[in-house]
Amino acid sequence: MWKRNLLFALVAAAGLLALAGSLAPTRPPLPRDGAPLAAQQDVAFRTTLTRLNQAFREAWQQAGIKPAPRADELTVIRRLSLALEGTIPSLEELRQFEERPAQDRLNWWLAGIFADVRHHDYLAERLARAYVGTKGGPFVLYRRRRFVSWLADELAANRPYDQLVRRLIASNGLWTSTPAVNFLTVTIVPDNEQGVNERELAARVARAFLAKRIDCAECHDHPFDRWKQADFEGLAAFFGQAENSLRGIQDDPKAVFEVEEPETKSRRRVEPRVPYRAELVPAEGTLRERLAGWVTHPQNKEFSRAIVNRVWNLMFGRPLVEPVDDVRLDQQVLPAMDILAEDFAQHGFNLRRLILLIAASEVFQLDSRSDPADPAHQITPEHEALWAVFPITRLRPEQVVGAISQASRLETISSQSHILVKLKRLADQQGFLQRYGDAGEEELEPHGGTIPQRLLMMNGEIVRDNTRENLLANAATQIAVLASKPQRAVETAFLCVLTRRPTPEEFEHFSARLRQGDGNMAARMEDLYWALFNCSEFSWNH
Amino acid sequence: MKSRTLPQPLAQLHAREHALAEQHFQGRFDRRSWLRLAGLGGLAWLTPAAELLARRAEAAPAQPAQSIIFLWLSGGPSQLETFAPHPNTRIAAGSRAIRTSVPGLLIDQHYPRLAELMHHVSLVRSVVSKEGDHERGAYMVKTGYRPNPTVVHPSIGAICCHQLPVGNTHIPRHVSILPDAWPGHGGLLGAEYDAFKTYDPLGPVPDIEARVPEPRLEKRFQDLDVLERSFARGRERQAQSTLHGLLVQRARTMMTTEQIKAFDVSEEPAELRARYGETPFGRGCLAARRLIEQGVRCVEVTLAGWDTHANNHQQHAALAGTLDPALATLLADLKERELLSRTVVICTGEFGRTPKVNGLEGRDHWPHGFTVLLAGGGLRAGIALGETDPEGGQQVVRPVSVPAIHATVLTALGIDPQHEEISAIGRPIKFSEGEPLPELLAGTG
Repeated sequence: MWKRNLLFALVAAAGLLALAGSLAPTRPPLPRDGAPLAAQQDVAFRTTLTRLNQAFREAWQQAGIKPAPRADELTVIRRLSLALEGTIPSLEELRQFEERPAQDRLNWWLAGIFADVRHHDYLAERLARAYVGTKGGPFVLYRRRRFVSWLADELAANRPYDQLVRRLIASNGLWTSTPAVNFLTVTIVPDNEQGVNERELAARVARAFLAKRIDCAECHDHPFDRWKQADFEGLAAFFGQAENSLRGIQDDPKAVFEVEEPETKSRRRVEPRVPYRAELVPAEGTLRERLAGWVTHPQNKEFSRAIVNRVWNLMFGRPLVEPVDDVRLDQQVLPAMDILAEDFAQHGFNLRRLILLIAASEVFQLDSRSDPADPAHQITPEHEALWAVFPITRLRPEQVVGAISQASRLETISSQSHILVKLKRLADQQGFLQRYGDAGEEELEPHGGTIPQRLLMMNGEIVRDNTRENLLANAATQIAVLASKPQRAVETAFLCVLTRRPTPEEFEHFSARLRQGDGNMAARMEDLYWALFNCSEFSWNH
Repeated sequence: MKSRTLPQPLAQLHAREHALAEQHFQGRFDRRSWLRLAGLGGLAWLTPAAELLARRAEAAPAQPAQSIIFLWLSGGPSQLETFAPHPNTRIAAGSRAIRTSVPGLLIDQHYPRLAELMHHVSLVRSVVSKEGDHERGAYMVKTGYRPNPTVVHPSIGAICCHQLPVGNTHIPRHVSILPDAWPGHGGLLGAEYDAFKTYDPLGPVPDIEARVPEPRLEKRFQDLDVLERSFARGRERQAQSTLHGLLVQRARTMMTTEQIKAFDVSEEPAELRARYGETPFGRGCLAARRLIEQGVRCVEVTLAGWDTHANNHQQHAALAGTLDPALATLLADLKERELLSRTVVICTGEFGRTPKVNGLEGRDHWPHGFTVLLAGGGLRAGIALGETDPEGGQQVVRPVSVPAIHATVLTALGIDPQHEEISAIGRPIKFSEGEPLPELLAGTG
């Protein structure tokens, strides 16, 4: 018996030592280097960027509107961190940023994001929602987490987007060892022995990769678009040979796709057929490989347009064409769409290049308000329609909780953080989303939030827990203790939570607040943090 | 390019809700005024037209139901060990049944208190669905639709909130007490129709109470004003359209309203609480009654644990010990307070369980014939509709679809099931694609 006890004691001691070891020295932050990104910005890149900026300027000129002024740098990097990492910059990152020479700051910031696991995870989750949704899906046959982490690995390796999509559509194998096939297995309905759902897959492929809402043609011809029921069935037929077996998803070359006529119950064979530009379908390969070849063909403009619209939506909180997955074949779009789509198809379907182009564009760096130097300047709905002002959009729930967690720490919460910090962030996130709600697949948030969400921010456990007096864990208390004078504390809190410095009016108001009262600085800082967390500016992208 | 839809100001939303309210009560008003007209005439009773009108007024429920109490048996209860027993058959596997206040109608032996009130209840014993997975089944039963990747259908409670007037209710009108992973949701109607999640009524209502005393809270709101002024500078119109300030105000109203006490069952007499059962679920049912008295439109109370893949009989008996007193007392309490006729009580889970008992003495998932219990709301009571196969086959007598149940309940609420809302992909979606069950709507119960 004592042997077993000793063994237990040893294991426990080893565990404690390991924990203490990871507590002590924090590893240095990831090296950021903007130089490789600068090298990517070649002549072709700069040409596209100039065309993009020019296209918007012409539109503004024609409409006779004056765009919003340029946003300050901190606003721009807040947008980038929210869009690409689902959180806000930390105080630590902001200090490093401000020490960089002005000309390479943006590249340096983006290089850090591209190398950061938080970016891969966040982007993977956003894309996964379009690819497989948020449902738990069939037990055993579908591993969502496996799928998302595979997607994150692909994004970390900057896999060309066409290759990524071909894997999703055409892979064979088990949902565990070949995570891409979860794209197919998520549609299996347990117990009904019908295998993958060809119709659901056709709808997904059209919406996620081509931004076509062909699903309306599932039961009847589309009422106001060009899609016919035959188009939908023809697309579904490409999945007619995908079978689920003990070896996972495999193709059965003999299988044929049949549909049942609802009235007569008779079965009718349907041949695979794409709804447009059939000449782009490759002659060789399995049905799914041929479909994947057609979807991702460089000349299939819809493929590039779809991802441009999606990445634009990711960056601005609002797509070029709404809704994000509905760009009609013959639709009149802003020139920006095709300028970016062409560059994307011509330069190896490189997602990072696309992100870089959008981030460097003038429209991305515009302010979300009128020119303070020009009292006559008014932001009109036309400004919003022509991107002459940065849109104000509601943050997604996971961005709100990401921002709460980060604002409550002075140092960056990243993959390098201590395991306990990461666990706390995860627990906060789950608890928060459970009450705040999860936006699910919904990309657009036309509604202005809900009352329970406001209640959660005002009275909820997570805000309270992250702001109350706790010198070890909470930035609010640390600032209260460390700041040499009230103004300094106010400025630091604003940087932590809103990624900006206070205005003179705010300086005055909040410095006075900190000086007032019983001298309990920690409680006054908790109040300040509460107000910062509850204001519009915190919950909206701007 | 389509123009961006700006958030509709709440005021407008309100106006719409009130317009709906008027529509909703139009029917009632008409019938009443006809009656008054006929009554005033005195002799007019002798005319055939008046007689016809009077008879119609009698036949139709006096007024549509106002609220839903949805007792959600999460996990999928066995129809055989609840409300559709087949005593003395092979599939009963030893389960016994008892007589009820309705002659010839038997239910499981562990529901003696419900048995006494069976004349207030109707059972649909032949509900069929195609969804044998918990998540999909819960979606099906709560929305009346199979899951579909292109649209999120609203739960029936959300429809109820969307269609019926707000009145003077300042607390959440769609509430889920003890929610499982899939509480009722607004779906295409919007997140503002999602159920407000709360737990055992013994504890505080989550997020309602301010964390600091009033004077300090007041200062915090002053601080907030300073920040809102900064944010609005140069973007007054856009800042306004976020509705942020309005929502903060309404949240504050909710924090201070007396109505919030409806969540607190400790105000109820101890004797009544004991009758409901001193369990989280029993207290949840009591809170549900208190909430609908404040004009809450839908309260969902969840009792979990019905997923009995092993030891089915034992676990069902234990759960009946919670469900029977809570459900029976809820019905009696509603009846006593004259709330039953304006409240539809629904009690069911996501599917039933297999007639065949498995090797672990459990029953597995079975969507091919399960029971939905309905009471109140002017629905006909004291009947059992449909039957499952005593041999355990998949064929049922008088199969009823889940959408038909939805159409029936919506009709009882005075809501047109055929009403269409437009989904995000531009496809019109009906509140329910089912036909109401004539047997249940035929008369007042």
